[in-house]
Order: sequence, then structure tokens, then C-alpha cells
Amino acid sequence: MVSPFPAPSQIQQPAAGATPSASPSATSSQGGVSGSVASPFGAQAQQAGLSIVVLDPAHGGTDPGARGTGGIRESEIVLDFVIQVRRALELQGFQVVQTRQGNENPSFDDRSATANAQRGAVFVSLHISSTGLPGTVRVYVNSDLPPVADSNGLIPWDRAQAPFLGLSKTFGDLVQGFLTQRFKGSPDAAQTASVRQLRTTAAPAIAVEISSVTVEDRADLDRMAPGVADAVARGAAAFKPSYVVANSPGALP
Amino acid sequence: MTPRWKFSLIGGLVITVLAAAIYFPILRRRVKRAARLQQQSQEQARRELTQPIAINPGDPRVKTKLFWASDTIDSTLVPVTVDLPLSNDPVLRSKQVLNTLLAGPVDAELRTLPPDALLLAFYLLPDGTAMADFSEALATSIPSGIVSEQLAVNSITRTLEANVPQVQRLKILIHGQEVETLAGHLDLTGTFVVNTKPSQPPAADKAAAPATGTLTPDKAPGKLAQPEHKP
Repeated sequence: MVSPFPAPSQIQQPAAGATPSASPSATSSQGGVSGSVASPFGAQAQQAGLSIVVLDPAHGGTDPGARGTGGIRESEIVLDFVIQVRRALELQGFQVVQTRQGNENPSFDDRSATANAQRGAVFVSLHISSTGLPGTVRVYVNSDLPPVADSNGLIPWDRAQAPFLGLSKTFGDLVQGFLTQRFKGSPDAAQTASVRQLRTTAAPAIAVEISSVTVEDRADLDRMAPGVADAVARGAAAFKPSYVVANSPGALP
Repeated sequence: MTPRWKFSLIGGLVITVLAAAIYFPILRRRVKRAARLQQQSQEQARRELTQPIAINPGDPRVKTKLFWASDTIDSTLVPVTVDLPLSNDPVLRSKQVLNTLLAGPVDAELRTLPPDALLLAFYLLPDGTAMADFSEALATSIPSGIVSEQLAVNSITRTLEANVPQVQRLKILIHGQEVETLAGHLDLTGTFVVNTKPSQPPAADKAAAPATGTLTPDKAPGKLAQPEHKP
């Protein structure tokens, strides 16, 4: 179960790399955030809206993810993409938390726990595919899940995404729209798929999958990073007004 | 130590080294042979487990829809119609269509499942829940990624939906075990919806199709199956 009041050890602080000038402060007019750090006890209960983006570079450690013939490894490239996405989000006034900083491989649940410990957060998992039309990008939201019976105020961990599916779809469509403007041939709207990483995440959550590791030159993928970063940041900014943040981390929207 | 002892010691060491030099290659050959035999026996066991489903010539030939990748629209499934003699028994029928799906289309580029993947077992519970147990190759040989993994699962569920109405939902196992994901992305802990309509006997069985054996791509791309999760 996901408690609205997670243990202090679950609370993730924004990554050390965020400088005060690049990161939104509690009074940032750009981000419109009025109290930005998740409290384990819900003391700072007032939130004006979306303030934190949790970035999840998929795979890592012993799991390289998709591998291209040219030695391209998904786990490495997504980390490079995350640097640029992070920068674009911080320019939009968001705080950014990463599920991994280097070549580690946190479990699916550990990555979800990072997101579930935040208040006013969205979750973006970044992937590079093995297949698909190179140069296109797809956004995925989780498929339908059985509804959560909110009798005790707790969200079942294995269906934590259920109450957020509508918000995830809105967020996903916005990001996909900005991506499709940049990357022709990408779908017009977010797709649904049973993505394991999203299922246990108690926040609006999307997976962004870039095609693909089959490119002959890694530079072809690197050139996509600024466009992906800009689309995610613009999508998050556009989504912000429609996300009414609950008072407690992990609580129902 | 006297010179005589030194001589004996050095001689003993030389003999030991020579003996080792002769014996180690023999030992290495024996280990390799044992490993090869073990591999062969595992392969044999796997073949025995996955004997092709006997096709009864008496079974009516049925227009069977198999879902493979489209060659015109990226990352989309398209139904291909093939005439197959199919059993009326839903479990045998499921095995027949899934084995045909695993065999792949004429154009190998359009396959959705790894060529070395095998269907090890198929079970159907009275409530319409089916369990398809695939060999590890389904998880290890499939290209990693959301889109490729979803295409693989959807090709299985859509093919079952089109040909075996008794299957309501599907649980995918890998080598008899529940796994968290197919290849790092797609969630396999739940079941996937196959048929939402009440089970009815396959109507196509009544009208025997001509035994052409040709593959005919249909025009409409297949819609994607919706997964569901265990309660």
C-alpha cells in the first residue's frame, strides 16, 4: 500500500546537481510554487500545483536495456537525455528528481517509491527502443487498471497508478503533441500499454520511448535530445494548470 | 640439501609438469564433451516437450486470422488469413494457432515473436482464463522496448481472440514461471483481455474453406488488445 504519509526514508530530495539558480525556489514566480519540498509529515500541506518532475532514466547497472549493433546502449543514452531534459525543466521552473544518477539499476518499486514520496510531482520514464521508425518518439500511459476502493485512504501499491490514469493521459497527450511537432511520423496522441514501471507510480506518469538504437550513428540519437527535452518541459508546463495537487504525497488526485 | 636430493626433487617436479601438460588437454576435452552431451539432452528434452501438435486431416480447414506486423504502417499489427485444419477443442486449437504464429509470416521482417521461441504448454480454465507457457527465448530474444514487447503480446492476444472465442483472458508464463516483465518493459504479472464477448463455438468451423494454404493479408490493421490486471 502507498501511504499518504511515507516514511522519511522514502522521501527523495532533489538531486544535488541542481543549483539554487537553476532550480525553482519556494517563491519562484516562474514555477508558481509555494512550498516545494515534500514533507514526511504533511506539515507543509499547501501546494499551488505541479512543482516536481521525477525523471527516470530506464535500466542501468547490469541491465543495459536495448543494444544497437554499433555498441549503443539504452541505459547510457537515456542518462544523457535526462541531463538535457532536466535542464529544460529547470528553465521552466520545475524541481527535478532523478531515480538514478549514474550506472545503477534501482528496482521498479524503488523508482516508483522515489516518485510516490513527492508531492505535486509527475513521473517521466525515458527509454530508447530496439525497433520502430528511427527519429520518432512515442509516449505511453498505463493501460486501464481496476479501480481503487478508497475506503481507508491508502492506495494499493500494485495499482498505485489507477487513480491517476486520466491525468496521465492528459499529460501524455500534451507531451506527445509537442514531440510530434518536432519529430514527424510520431503518433498524434499518447499510446496505452501495460508498462510495469508506470503501474506502481502514484502520480501522473508517462513513458517516453525514442526510436531507436538501430541508428547507424549515435549522433543521430544525440541530435534528438534537445527536441525531446523541450517537448517534455513544454508538456509539463502546459499540464501544470490542470493538475490540482493533493495535500499529501501519494494521495489520491 | 645434498645435490642428489636436489636432483630428485627437480626430476619429480619436471615429471609432474609433464604429466599435467599431457593430462589437462584430455581433461578439457572430457569437460567439453560432457557439456555438449548435457546441452544435447536439454535440447532433446525441449523437443519432446514441444512436439508439434498433430494436425488431424479430418479437421475442417478454417480461415484463420494471424496477427503479424504491418509492412506499411510502423509498429502496427495486421491480420493475415491462412487456411488451417483446426481442432474444435479450444486448447488444441489455441496451440495450433499459436504455433503457426510462432512459425512466423513469409516475410521474416514482419514477425512479432522471436524465431527460437516455443510454446511449451497451454492451459484453459473453466472461467475462460488461459495460460500460455513459452520458452525463455520469448523473453531473451525479443528486441527490448515497449513497442516491440507490446506488439508481441498483442499479436498473441489478437490471434487468440480471432480464432478461439473460449479464451477470455490470457496469462503469459515464461518457462512455467510468472515473470515481472517480458523484456524489461511490458507487465506480465496480470492477465490480458482476449475476448470480452461471451464464449461461443467458432462459427468458421462449420463452413470448410478451400484448401489453398495461401496467405492473404487483410486490409484493416488490427486494433490493440487491452491488458487487465489481477484483482
